[in-house]
Amino acid sequence: MTNPIQDVAGADFIFAIGTNTTESHPIIGLQVKKAVRGGSTLVVADPRKTEVAELAKVHLQIKSGSDIALLNGMANVIIAEDLYNKEFVAERTEDFEAFKAAVEKYTPEYVEGITGIAAASLREVARGYARVKNATILYTMGITQHICGTHNVFAVANLSMLCGHIGKPNSGVNPLRGQNNVQGACDMGALPAVLTGYQGVGLDDVRARFASAWGLESLPAKPGITVGEMLEGASHGTIKGMYIMGENPVLSDPDANHVVHALDKLDFLVVQDIFLTETAQLADVVLPAASFAEKDGTFSNTERRVQRVRKAVEPVGEARPDWQILCQVATAMGYPMNYASPADIMKEIASLTPSYGGISYERLEQGGIQWPCPNPEHPGTPVLHVGKFSRGMGKFNPVEYVAPAEMPDEQYPLVLSTGRRHFHYHTGTMTMRTGALEVYYGTEYLEINSADAAKLVICDGDKVKVSSRRGSVELSARITDVVPEGLVFTSFHFPEVAINRLTNPARDSIAKIPEFKVCAVKVEKTA
Amino acid sequence: MAEVTLTINGGQITVPQGSTILNAAQKMGVFIPTLCYDPELTIDGSCRMCVVEVKGARTLMISCATAATEGMVVETESPAVIEARKTILELLLANHPLDCLTCGRNGDCRLQDYAYRYGVKEGGFAGAMHQYPIEDDNPFIVRDMNKCILCGKCVRACAQIQGKNVVDYTYRGFDTKIAPAMDTTLAGSDCVFCGNCVAVCPVGALQEKVLRSKARTWEINKVRTTCPYCGTGCNFDLNVKDGKVVGVTSCDGDVNGRALCVKGRFGYGFIHHPDRLSKPLIKKDGQFVEASWEEALALVAEKLGGIRDNNGPDALAVLSSARCTNEENYLLSKLTRAVFGTNNIDHCARL
Amino acid sequence: MANVTLTINGVKVTVPKGTTVLEAATGAGFFIPIFCHTPELTGFGACRICVVEIQGMRNLPASCVTEATEGMVVQTESPAVVEARKTILELILANHPQDCLTCEKNGNCLLQDYAFRYGVKGPGFEGQRHSFSIDDSNPYIIRDLNKCILCGRCVRTCAQVKDRAVIDYAFRGFDTKIAAPMDTPLGESDCVYCGRCVAVCPVGALSYKRLSGQGRVWEMEKKPVTCTFCDSGCEFDLVSKNGKVIGVAAKAPGPGRPLCLKGRLGLELLYCDQPQAPQLKKDGEFTEVPWAEALGLEGVLDKIKKMENKQ
Repeated sequence: MTNPIQDVAGADFIFAIGTNTTESHPIIGLQVKKAVRGGSTLVVADPRKTEVAELAKVHLQIKSGSDIALLNGMANVIIAEDLYNKEFVAERTEDFEAFKAAVEKYTPEYVEGITGIAAASLREVARGYARVKNATILYTMGITQHICGTHNVFAVANLSMLCGHIGKPNSGVNPLRGQNNVQGACDMGALPAVLTGYQGVGLDDVRARFASAWGLESLPAKPGITVGEMLEGASHGTIKGMYIMGENPVLSDPDANHVVHALDKLDFLVVQDIFLTETAQLADVVLPAASFAEKDGTFSNTERRVQRVRKAVEPVGEARPDWQILCQVATAMGYPMNYASPADIMKEIASLTPSYGGISYERLEQGGIQWPCPNPEHPGTPVLHVGKFSRGMGKFNPVEYVAPAEMPDEQYPLVLSTGRRHFHYHTGTMTMRTGALEVYYGTEYLEINSADAAKLVICDGDKVKVSSRRGSVELSARITDVVPEGLVFTSFHFPEVAINRLTNPARDSIAKIPEFKVCAVKVEKTA
Repeated sequence: MAEVTLTINGGQITVPQGSTILNAAQKMGVFIPTLCYDPELTIDGSCRMCVVEVKGARTLMISCATAATEGMVVETESPAVIEARKTILELLLANHPLDCLTCGRNGDCRLQDYAYRYGVKEGGFAGAMHQYPIEDDNPFIVRDMNKCILCGKCVRACAQIQGKNVVDYTYRGFDTKIAPAMDTTLAGSDCVFCGNCVAVCPVGALQEKVLRSKARTWEINKVRTTCPYCGTGCNFDLNVKDGKVVGVTSCDGDVNGRALCVKGRFGYGFIHHPDRLSKPLIKKDGQFVEASWEEALALVAEKLGGIRDNNGPDALAVLSSARCTNEENYLLSKLTRAVFGTNNIDHCARL
Repeated sequence: MANVTLTINGVKVTVPKGTTVLEAATGAGFFIPIFCHTPELTGFGACRICVVEIQGMRNLPASCVTEATEGMVVQTESPAVVEARKTILELILANHPQDCLTCEKNGNCLLQDYAFRYGVKGPGFEGQRHSFSIDDSNPYIIRDLNKCILCGRCVRTCAQVKDRAVIDYAFRGFDTKIAAPMDTPLGESDCVYCGRCVAVCPVGALSYKRLSGQGRVWEMEKKPVTCTFCDSGCEFDLVSKNGKVIGVAAKAPGPGRPLCLKGRLGLELLYCDQPQAPQLKKDGEFTEVPWAEALGLEGVLDKIKKMENKQ
């Protein structure tokens, strides 16, 4: 997020696109509700009529995967009606002319044909966004889990720069991150092309600095491969061994059957986890790890706030904190790693990472710190891009609408979209074992519109089989107007409803994110 | 901003105009009991517990809703104030079960705190008592409306923190109770079980089902930490008894204040679930066999080292975790790059 | 010494011969509730809350007075045991005030702990209740015999010190109570207020007057301190709230540890009400003064200073 979570409540206009905020980020949802109670305008763009969509002044129920058309259309209106922030565009950005030319064809009438949103609604929303003092954009996987995910994000960024709604309080471009420490994992360099703080592995001086700190001659310069490519490599035999810590790709990645097949082909698989997950079951060695309650450390949240995790109880059985296990593996492989505590590790991180330079456990005792925080005196940075973008000038990246990789056809006439439920989390490893959440919300269902249900002669509660070109699952149908005609929806939390057997592994060419939000399926009544 | 100076219990204090007497007293460190007041919620002024004596005023004034004015002279514990508070407590206790013996909130209950402070041993009046059935048809929250003192904090928390408006006052007079629409149970309503009403309840009317049946409040050690679910980064207190996490309660989090969602507040049960892995496992002939750490670590080092040496570092790949700590992600990146010798590391940021 | 091996809740436990079932079970980590038993005061067997189920035995024996024998098979929380304990608690509560709301022992009361553990929410029986007047006839100990469960710990700990034995059971049946000779208030008896009885009382029947109304158990912190007034070396707890010492409580008494009033008062004098500076009465009011003034040494110090200057 460019801005802190508290800023959401202060925005005059909230544009939430592809985010089921109140279910997936309930506490950020509270800020949205607070803003609405205070008189702010909320506009939600989502194919589903979610709770947050019901709260909105305008719900743009767009066709799945048509976000770029919608966003470009808004920009078209704002430019055509001369509502854009000329001062900001002139002083802070570049390539505006190219962007202007690119969005020219996205007239509201043209966009209506792609998105299904009435031209008048688009105009109203575009004007609303452009005219207010502070507008914020919230988005999550509804924007990113498309083959054009990166372009979707460009389109969002273009819109915010066009109106100057960035680099100031109560505005900004705010992706709400889905996992407790997905921000931190990225910050820490758990990515193929960067070390900590997004320092590129391709840069000689960066590598030299890390190599010297780590007591080595050199570090590999060639960028690594992403999850999808790893699984691809495993199935082709180029990847022989994998080490998986605290992840469950068998349930979380697209085309689950393919994932299982790929992991099965490995010579050696190590999984380090707190439960014997579907992925761990495929491992050669499983290492028992400590849960968050059994270790010290830090998480970095979606607004870049680094916060303490504190040990409350001893690890169960012989389980060990992940950091200790990693030290022991390194040591066993001839590279001694010795840290007295996670605080010690943070010292090393701070010394190698400019954006974490001023972060220490002593300071975190006083509360979380939002990076960049380059030195111990720095208070942290709640709002990014104030006065200047990190690259200097904000660059408009013109993008074009492309249709999702797999569109419905005669054989698979419906669009399947996946997401989250309020009572559960990710692959259900934790939330299915709480003694409470799974008791209250114990079975998953398929949301289907009454029109589609009527066509298929499906009643509420009927068992149905959902199939795509890659696989099928069975579950109960729930007839609801949350989904429009032509769309069905379910979550990926339930191992018994392994919906990722169906999803399309087609990926965004830049970020390699799979297109979970659109694949073509058919639904049949089974009993 | 304009300021006013007033006298409280003989001491002078200057506060911004618009402050209440309660605000001023708290700023001075002077204790005033409150039941319906909460700094995060709108002022209700219904419980009358916070009455004080203001010189020249006809009646005792409620300090939570009375603005401090220039030259005001306030007594917070005068005989008249104490008598009023005692009577209020006696009236509340006249229709409140005296079951601190087994009440889950014993030790963390305002009604009890104030009864002890003012020496009110029981209800001073005999009369009708509520006989509501206890509502526990959901796995998260127990509602015992017999213990409700109608302070309305839950109503305001649901409306002003959670924005759901699930509960409100229903019926009239003695029959007044807090209920969802049509007087259903929470499970039958739109309730999302965030438990933010439980966090503000000053008595035992709303309790965390598991936590309050497993431990007395004074047996609990609280450890402040960060939620392991979504990326919002809410803070809360893990409640620990005898080396086990028995519950979660709100603290004043940087991001969330006291608000939590159902997963954060009630989703901790996995920590001590019997399915937790407690020993290293090695697959032999297709079956997992328990192993010692030494054996497992040696095997991992040998196999991964073998692949690195025979097939080259890029034949290894690593998935790190968006669920683990920063320190652990850093170490796995270091292990991958410095020991395995490859940049093949990624995690599920895209999922 | 010979050992015996018995099975407790399915676990084999080996203990020295002569060990009670209670000691064997608690030593193996199993919980058994106790009222009348304490490690210092053994073999009374009056309260029956420690009953367990032993295979082959006709009824539920009290584990505190049953010796562990070879091959014994014990269940400490079988349905029959739990039912018995619940009934015992219901019987006790049938004649026990339900005033945890303001009781000084709330939070440190075995009756409460077990009621919570076994889910006994109140008395299961209607009947007569005591309405003894509260004995606060002395400045040190408050006795509320309405809360007494007649476990007799106080009687036995009092009798452990030679020449004391001030209290004992008096009267019969429902009227049974713990009393000083002739049923006088403590203030008129030979009691020396050593506090041994308060230290062992499992419920709210005996409490310190000084701590009454000063705070709830969970607000207080205890720090052990050893008395140095005589060579007995008795142990006491300094009781503090919000960082301030508000009283001294006798710690567990043992044989040879008399725990006298002088020791407790002396420690209170040492640790409570710590004035930061000496005070002198001036114009009828205490005012803080420097040590030199309080001790009347001002002139002497001046002289010494002058001598220093000369040298």
